[in-house]
Amino acid sequence: MLPVSLKVQRRIPGEKPYWAAYAVEVEENGRVLDALHQVKWHQDGTLSFRRSCAHGVCGSDAMMINGVNRLACAVLCRDLEQPITVEPLRGLNVEKDLIVDMEPFFEAYKAVKPWLVNDDPPPTRERLQTPEQRRRYDDTTKCILCAACTTSCPIFWGDDRYVGPAAIVNAHRFIYDSRDQGGEERLEILSSEDGAFRCRTTFNCSDACPRGIKVTEAIQEVKRSILRKKI
Amino acid sequence: MEPPIDSPPYRRTFYKGGSGMWSWILHRGSGLAVLGFLFLHVLDTSLVMFGPNAYNTMAKFYESALFRPLEVLLMFLVIFHAFNGLRVIIVDLWTRGSRYQAQLSRLVWAITLVLFLPSAWIMLRPIFE
Repeated sequence: MLPVSLKVQRRIPGEKPYWAAYAVEVEENGRVLDALHQVKWHQDGTLSFRRSCAHGVCGSDAMMINGVNRLACAVLCRDLEQPITVEPLRGLNVEKDLIVDMEPFFEAYKAVKPWLVNDDPPPTRERLQTPEQRRRYDDTTKCILCAACTTSCPIFWGDDRYVGPAAIVNAHRFIYDSRDQGGEERLEILSSEDGAFRCRTTFNCSDACPRGIKVTEAIQEVKRSILRKKI
Repeated sequence: MEPPIDSPPYRRTFYKGGSGMWSWILHRGSGLAVLGFLFLHVLDTSLVMFGPNAYNTMAKFYESALFRPLEVLLMFLVIFHAFNGLRVIIVDLWTRGSRYQAQLSRLVWAITLVLFLPSAWIMLRPIFE
């Protein structure tokens, strides 16, 4: 077993935030999520955090771990410096402890119309595309909407009207899809002052993405499409 | 239920961003500092309206051991801001810029230091003579 010392930021509505220290044991390959479970199940049931699948797919347990945004279920304790500090995501209001209000994040996501826009009559079979056409937006199909990128962005901390990296990534996924016809409309939305050009290329988002999406690269591609008026 | 073993004093933490984030912060800071100097420079140059003496007194002050290090700092900020600005433009306009941003960051620091260190030496030498 691996001894783990945790320092968790506790946030209770209406009270001042404080750090709580916990000592737990996890298996040699234990993840930060396992350590949090040890606390919640055996030491302090009041500790609140989100998690669903616990295997890096659902994107519920993004949090700030040792100063960077990570999925708690995708980071091994043995790879981290101890004590492991765990904080809620920045730039979104904290509801309790590690749980933040994701509503503004999803609002920004919906604003870029992240669905297939195609007014042609539905074909009798699949809408085909070539492997090259598919590759164009392959990277941005991997997003799990965990908000690690958006809440790692200094611009977003300062002004939550900025749509944020995740929304642009999901716009990218459809803008460059050969079957989609809403690209120009999305570029129009992202050319607003709260759109893609708020990005200052700090690359925090690319580092934070648990799926390894080249987030900044996608944002830059969108910016260039807006500039050149060409998809 | 066990209480937490101790509660360390509450301190805010920093987000540990990479070279991109710190370059961005320094870029903004240096931009403001250089703008601030520009205003100061307009003021000191306008002293010439009060005659050569007023202007020369100010110019002497700039050369003093008190002010020279600040001019050296200004030199650093201008060089960094200029080359980091070029890096940002490259990252924005070159299709592969994002992929090489870390290398570009290191290149900016290398150029900044290569230009800054000799200038700093030349600028500070008179103080020690």
